[in-house]
Amino acid sequence: MPEPRTSTTLTDQAQLAQTPGAAPVDREFTVAERSQTQLVFRRFLQHRAAMISLVVLVLLVLLAYVGGALWKYDVGEITPDNSVPPSLDHPFGTDAVGKDQLAQVLGGTRISLQVSVVVTLFATAIGTLWGSIAGFFGGRIDTVMMRIADLVLTLPLVAVAAMLGHNFGGTWYLIAFVIAGLYWAYVSRVARGVVLSLREKEYIEAARALGATNTRIILRHLVPNALGSILVNLTILVALAILLETALSYLGFGVQNPDTSLGLLVSEAQTALTTRPWLFYFPGLFIIIIALTINFIGDGLRDAFDPQQTKVRQ
Amino acid sequence: MLAFALRRIVISVPILLVASFIVFALATYSADPLGPLLAKNPPPPPSVIAAETARLHLDQALVPRYLSWLGGLFRGDFGPSVVSTQVIGDQLAGRFWITIRLVVLAMVIALLLSVVVGVITAVKQYSKSDYAATFLGFLFLAMPSFWLAILLKQGGIEFNGAVGTQAIYTIGSSSVPAPKGFWANLVDIAGHLVLPTIALALISYAAWSRFVRASMLETLNSDYVRLARAKGLPRRTVMVKHALRTALIPLTTVTALDIASIIGGAVVTERVFQWKGLGDLLLTSIQTSDVYALTSWLLVAAVVVIVFNLIADLLYGVLDPRIRYA
Repeated sequence: MPEPRTSTTLTDQAQLAQTPGAAPVDREFTVAERSQTQLVFRRFLQHRAAMISLVVLVLLVLLAYVGGALWKYDVGEITPDNSVPPSLDHPFGTDAVGKDQLAQVLGGTRISLQVSVVVTLFATAIGTLWGSIAGFFGGRIDTVMMRIADLVLTLPLVAVAAMLGHNFGGTWYLIAFVIAGLYWAYVSRVARGVVLSLREKEYIEAARALGATNTRIILRHLVPNALGSILVNLTILVALAILLETALSYLGFGVQNPDTSLGLLVSEAQTALTTRPWLFYFPGLFIIIIALTINFIGDGLRDAFDPQQTKVRQ
Repeated sequence: MLAFALRRIVISVPILLVASFIVFALATYSADPLGPLLAKNPPPPPSVIAAETARLHLDQALVPRYLSWLGGLFRGDFGPSVVSTQVIGDQLAGRFWITIRLVVLAMVIALLLSVVVGVITAVKQYSKSDYAATFLGFLFLAMPSFWLAILLKQGGIEFNGAVGTQAIYTIGSSSVPAPKGFWANLVDIAGHLVLPTIALALISYAAWSRFVRASMLETLNSDYVRLARAKGLPRRTVMVKHALRTALIPLTTVTALDIASIIGGAVVTERVFQWKGLGDLLLTSIQTSDVYALTSWLLVAAVVVIVFNLIADLLYGVLDPRIRYA
């Protein structure tokens, strides 16, 4: 025995997970945990729609950032050609003042992706913590915290976001914060449900028996274990966040000029649908591709984490 | 059941109070209802500004202002609008029926469609029709509602152009002036409903049909369904009486949870089809910093959401005999 058994603490396991190969052979738990991850990973790889979506999404991100930087026109740059249909020089055509639509759409895609990342990060962080605390303590704390979440869920998201967006918004990150400030309530509902089932597990009891504080149990045991299933449930919210941002921009309460967003582009194009249809179709197509790929990836993740759900016993 | 309903209503009152206060405070502190007046050129005389300040209760502190608005609600007074000739209560009442018929019709159509498609795709899992329906569902789920609505509107306009007559209405919630007679009026309103309802229903349909499919698959694989088949009950009876009834129970919750987002979707759809419904009232109130109208609007929306949730909970008892509201 190179090491005493007492060293299999959480931090040690975390370190071991980071340095594969360093694990001694007798650490059966580490091996078991890794094979579970591998199983999930392998199942995800076998999900054809999810894999195709992942490739498409990565390509889209590259196109938006690398392609947008390399493309000869910038966002908002006015070219001498106005109202040109799609051609080699302007693959997506130009609008009435001569802005290259490819540059505009790629700029809008960047905004949409950034909004989704910020919303996901903040809404997940706040919502997971909120739901975990409520679910863990239960009783009166749970009631009060979930009533607050209900309060947010009772109001139509678009209406409140439009109000806040009009008053505080304009730039993409403010819109993202407004959306995240409303979305955390959805996340907290999901997180609470997961934590409610987890808190009765033996390892929580063991941690408590070892004298762990509530804070430690929540942050070190509940949240990390709940995060997987929460994230799987939340991929659909990422797509919804993007759609909400585009809807807000369409209504005129989201991203404002000179910034651009896919929703804003559609909004500007709707009156010119008969004369310059390319202005309308390309930004819409990009919104659909982003939301569609994220949803398929979420579907693949769900199947990978929970293969039972789709399996049919004949 | 009545006691349960009453208790639920009593519980929701504090939620409504807190929600309305937060919205009121947010709206008050983030926008100036006098902005358009002060921006006028030449500037209006101080007496006009003072009168407007007093009329909108802007001289009061936030809490007394909120309390006087709240007290007014019991007398049916929703507070003064920034447009002095406009009564907020009348606006809300008139537009409520325009929007609610769109919302309810879209919900009913989306529900029927999602149950039919959900059941078929679950029964014929991994068939061609399942894949087609699944792909369409994902597509509608990823489609921004306004984009779809604009496409439908354009399709309607082109169809009208091809036919050479106004076959499909693309603008407004009813003709102006309204046609004479009850039936003519009804047909006119129904005609205006067609495109907005399709646009609104398809988005909810996408999510719900996926849900029905998953829920139906789960019950179809359960032991009691297999037992029912094994003891020789006809397939159709098992599907409808055993599987579908159980599978539909969670759908009521999902539908009730989605009602807020359907109202939100209606705001966007109304904008595309230029309806003068609640959505238009909301957007104008936001633009003109009409704090009282805005807060009243959100309060009405919250009440609608809570009522629908209550109906869903009561339906739960009807659908699921295990649940009794003792």
